[in-house]
Amino acid sequence: MSLVDVRDLTVDFGGLRAVDALSFRLDEGGALALVGESGSGKSTVAAALLGLHHGTGARLSGSVEVAGVDVGAAGERELRRLRGGLAAMVFQDPLSSLDPYYAVGAQIAEVYRVHHKADRRAARARAVEVLDRVGIPDAARRARSRPHEFSGGMRQRALIAMALACEPRLLVADEPTTALDVTVQAQILDLLHQLRQETGLGLLLVTHDVGVAAESADEILVMREGRAVERGPIREVLSTPRETYTRELLRSVPRLEDARERRVAEAEPVLRLEGLRKEFGRGRHRFAAVEDVSLTLYRGQTLGVVGESGSGKSTLGRMIVGLLEPTAGRLEFTGQESGRGSGAQDGRRLGKDPGAGGARTRKQTGGRPRLQMVFQDPVSSLNPRRGIGESIADPLRAQGRRDEEGIRERVTSLLERVGLRADHYDRYPHEFSGGQRQRVGIARALAAEPEIIVCDEPVSALDVTTQAQVTALLAELQRELGIALVFVAHDLAVVRQVSDQVAVMRGGRIVEYGPAEQVYGAPQDPYTKELLAAVPALDPDAAAERRAVRRELALT
Amino acid sequence: MSEAQLTSPVGVDAVVVSAPAAGAGTFWRRLRAQRAALCAAAVAGLLVLFALTAPLLILLEGADSTTYHPELVDSARGGVPIGSFGGASGSHWLGVEPQTGRDLFARLAEGAQVSLGVALGATLIQVAVGVSVGLAAGLGNRWVDQLFDRLTDVVIALPLVVMALAMLAVVPEDFPRPLLVALIIGLVAWGTIAKIVRAQTIALKSLDYVAAARLSGWNTWRIARRELLPGLAAPVLTYSALLFPVNVVIESALSFLGVGVKAPTASWGQMLAAADVWYQAAPQYLLLPAGLLFTAVLALTVLGDGVRTALDPRAAGRLRVGTRAGQGPAAPAPAADTAPRKEGAV
Amino acid sequence: MTSFVLRRLGGLVLTLFVISVLVYAVFYLAPGNVAQLSCGPRCSPEQVRQVAAQLHLDDPLYVRYWHFLTGLFAGQDYSTGTAVLHCDAPCLGLSYQSDREVTQLLLEKLPASVSLAAGAVVLWLIIGVGTGVLSAWRRGGLTERVLTTLTLAGTAVPVFVLGLVLMVLVCGQWELLPFPQYVPFGEDPEQWAWNLLLPWVTLALAESATFARMTRSSMLETLAEDHIRTFRAYGVPERAIVGRHALRGALAPLIALNANHIGALVGGSVLTESLFGIPGIGRELVHAVQVVDLPIVVGVMLAVGFAVVFANAVADLLYAVADRRVVLS
Repeated sequence: MSLVDVRDLTVDFGGLRAVDALSFRLDEGGALALVGESGSGKSTVAAALLGLHHGTGARLSGSVEVAGVDVGAAGERELRRLRGGLAAMVFQDPLSSLDPYYAVGAQIAEVYRVHHKADRRAARARAVEVLDRVGIPDAARRARSRPHEFSGGMRQRALIAMALACEPRLLVADEPTTALDVTVQAQILDLLHQLRQETGLGLLLVTHDVGVAAESADEILVMREGRAVERGPIREVLSTPRETYTRELLRSVPRLEDARERRVAEAEPVLRLEGLRKEFGRGRHRFAAVEDVSLTLYRGQTLGVVGESGSGKSTLGRMIVGLLEPTAGRLEFTGQESGRGSGAQDGRRLGKDPGAGGARTRKQTGGRPRLQMVFQDPVSSLNPRRGIGESIADPLRAQGRRDEEGIRERVTSLLERVGLRADHYDRYPHEFSGGQRQRVGIARALAAEPEIIVCDEPVSALDVTTQAQVTALLAELQRELGIALVFVAHDLAVVRQVSDQVAVMRGGRIVEYGPAEQVYGAPQDPYTKELLAAVPALDPDAAAERRAVRRELALT
Repeated sequence: MSEAQLTSPVGVDAVVVSAPAAGAGTFWRRLRAQRAALCAAAVAGLLVLFALTAPLLILLEGADSTTYHPELVDSARGGVPIGSFGGASGSHWLGVEPQTGRDLFARLAEGAQVSLGVALGATLIQVAVGVSVGLAAGLGNRWVDQLFDRLTDVVIALPLVVMALAMLAVVPEDFPRPLLVALIIGLVAWGTIAKIVRAQTIALKSLDYVAAARLSGWNTWRIARRELLPGLAAPVLTYSALLFPVNVVIESALSFLGVGVKAPTASWGQMLAAADVWYQAAPQYLLLPAGLLFTAVLALTVLGDGVRTALDPRAAGRLRVGTRAGQGPAAPAPAADTAPRKEGAV
Repeated sequence: MTSFVLRRLGGLVLTLFVISVLVYAVFYLAPGNVAQLSCGPRCSPEQVRQVAAQLHLDDPLYVRYWHFLTGLFAGQDYSTGTAVLHCDAPCLGLSYQSDREVTQLLLEKLPASVSLAAGAVVLWLIIGVGTGVLSAWRRGGLTERVLTTLTLAGTAVPVFVLGLVLMVLVCGQWELLPFPQYVPFGEDPEQWAWNLLLPWVTLALAESATFARMTRSSMLETLAEDHIRTFRAYGVPERAIVGRHALRGALAPLIALNANHIGALVGGSVLTESLFGIPGIGRELVHAVQVVDLPIVVGVMLAVGFAVVFANAVADLLYAVADRRVVLS
């Protein structure tokens, strides 16, 4: 008998069909990855396994059997026995998934006592035991800490410990590493791998990341719009995909091995950063988010800035465009001024001049903003109350242009240039998908005819196929217009794909800086090596290899 | 450290950072979809109509609100109205006031005018002051913000009724009373609106589209007008709608205490001040103003809730009467399917 | 934690200072002749001038404020023409009407006010939190519909209307209770409670409706959070989820809310005291306003302002204890 047996599962939310006649099985001790982009229904399937749709108004049909329990027919009591006792779930966001008011150990103990007759002391001991098991150092003491005193990775370990507490036979992990940094992600995936080997736990992994699936699962089920597209052993599907969608998906996944084609090395520099530093906070809480950063941007080239959360890369990006004032250091324009304005070549001294915001600097250098930005969040980067055409026209109007005809014409041509239609002009942001909004953001940045565009995580909120389209568009525009791009991102593979130069940041400092092929091909800094080893590989064999490398790095 | 900031406690009034663009059309559609709000709007509309046409109605009745009619009350019994139903007749539709014999209907109608008018005036002042202070705090530098925010804290902390009472004590008698009451309520109770506007301004200010507008080269004033103010309209409208009935209550309370709107001008609260003595002899003298007050406040409150729901369906779902909140576990809706998101800005 | 407490204390002192300035400004800069008011309508111009000199009305503003402050902390002497009256610190001045020390007057009225407020708060919390939790737990059912309708109606009834109606029905129509007549606790505790029962219920019911609505929405907000989903996914019974996790999460914001409610409670007390004739500070204030006895009004303002700000600070600390994340940020 198999551990999970799903037959013809269909889930409807109101008029929306989230899952459509899906069937799959998972054997005892096996690992299956449900892979799909947003809206593919994969998380809905995961919730259905534990009967979490009970009473939500979702309509289910078909049958779901988990560890011998018919989830559809099970009563309240039996469902509770199943949840946690037979099948446990690990959620995406480890911070919000734990009660902030209780100690981590107490929460695990509470869950344990729901399923086992045990007194408080025994439950507490069990909590410490599982916390220790998942690699929390000094577990007896840390069990008394509350979630906010844990780091992100520790919290996810604690959630996994909670899942292990009742010795379930199935672990359902819904995007367990999506909210984590790449090095922490690698640790969690390694932990899951180790636990499976030791306990024979079955794993159902829900993820958007093919790499994560390749690291952890034996089988893969690719989903799209609620249906199964392709399934099979992971090795087979990844190496020889049969379906067009799977092929497209795999092609879109950025790989560490993909370099961008070589450019002329001798490019003309446009902006030099020297000793940039940015401090936040006051008094005892003062800290430097960016420290001593010196970089050069070249015309027509892309500088990739890569780092984990808290590395200061976004702060650096905002300083470059002038949204933040550096505490010290200077930004110097060196490129020849291509139009209006006079004193631009002199460079600008910002450091000690409070209030010299981007706008004022621009007034000093002429009417046109030389720097623009593409933002991460396609939702908050466009005013929901204004038509997108008006948003794009903003830089033109700010320059003092008044000819409505001309403005509309220019905006229309920009819309078409980024792959949208002229009749989108009067539509509002909520009518667009994430990828389309990001295109609008790019059009707005282009409207000012800047020399430099800083892209802050421009594709990290997008599905992987959309990601590929947006990065392709950026590259194309750069080739055409000779813009210098700064590409700030956490995803090493994406950065490799788009960058000529790469700067690796950690704790506000640049730990490695150089041509992309050098940084990726022959990394010098140990942190860069660690980062590269943490990136999930698309091939299970390579994944095993990297796992070995990680073990080695951890030992040294 | 930064994690502690990320998980700041659930605010009392959670701020809507980017409510979906709701045009006037959407607003009316959503408001009309709520039965309770619709009924409340009808009742409130009738009351407003009553207040607006009060002079006409009084003229129609043929009485007025201030003339004493000693001949209509029984001075031997302490001033109980003569006749059944408190002396109701063709020329005094709802009877007369005990003791003075003033026409009850005329006084109730004038009371409607006064109560709703004062509350409206007070609300407008609250919005004007609150929005100005909140905007100044939200847009100003650290010191300006500290100053205005502290001031707002003080204003919120001070008990409104006590403050209003005290201020009423120092103003000369000849100042027009209804205007004075509106002014005082407005100048004392703007704290909540200021807080909301400040929080919303700060939230909006950090949004990327405001940063984009800065990069476009617009100046602060233009950004405030085009990008921030439209985002403030919804919460300000919501809270004004919720404040309006509160102001009706405050006016009636001050007048009840004998320091708000004073005779000969009528107000519901003031009529109630003497009503308890007469409840047996002339129950309508207690029940009519009390009932009108209750109906007005209830209708306006439900309408305020309706406005909130129409402007922000998400936050309001929890406050509606008899709402059917999701009973079972919160399963991910299909649209909320994992949007891969890593990495917040530093 | 210590630094957090110190910072809050600093804020407290600053707030009190701002309140004293505001109150002073409102009263002694207000239109109207303070000396005339102080002396009474029958004073001769000569007497008025004398009073003006006594009150330092000719001195510059900051000097007058300084006198007011020193009086507050060190006490002050007043001459009434014939005798010198000493007013001990904390001196809030002398009543225009009776020449008695305001501090003394207020202290006399304090027990009645505290009696009313204490009983009402207990009832109010029980009713408010109980109703809120119950309607969040039974959400979607008949219980919730009835409770939400009741609390909505409750928010729409002004406290004095509720009190009036209750008094007329309970004491007048049904004669279940005598018309309230305040009896000090020290005299007869049983009569004290018996007579305060109706005022307590009135004040508690009127204030708890809003509180119940907020408890409910705070609970529902917590119930929609992710960690609740975790416990559901681990088979924890609904009873434990609502009773332990949701209530705990809802508690912290409720404490903060409670602080805002203190102001409302004070306002409600003033109305309740006036309605039921309880000889407390509230009724004294209303009377002082009617006869324009400014020192009493100023005294009550300051006392109430201090009390409210102090209560808010306590609530703040409780909040910080309840939710330690606040201290960190």
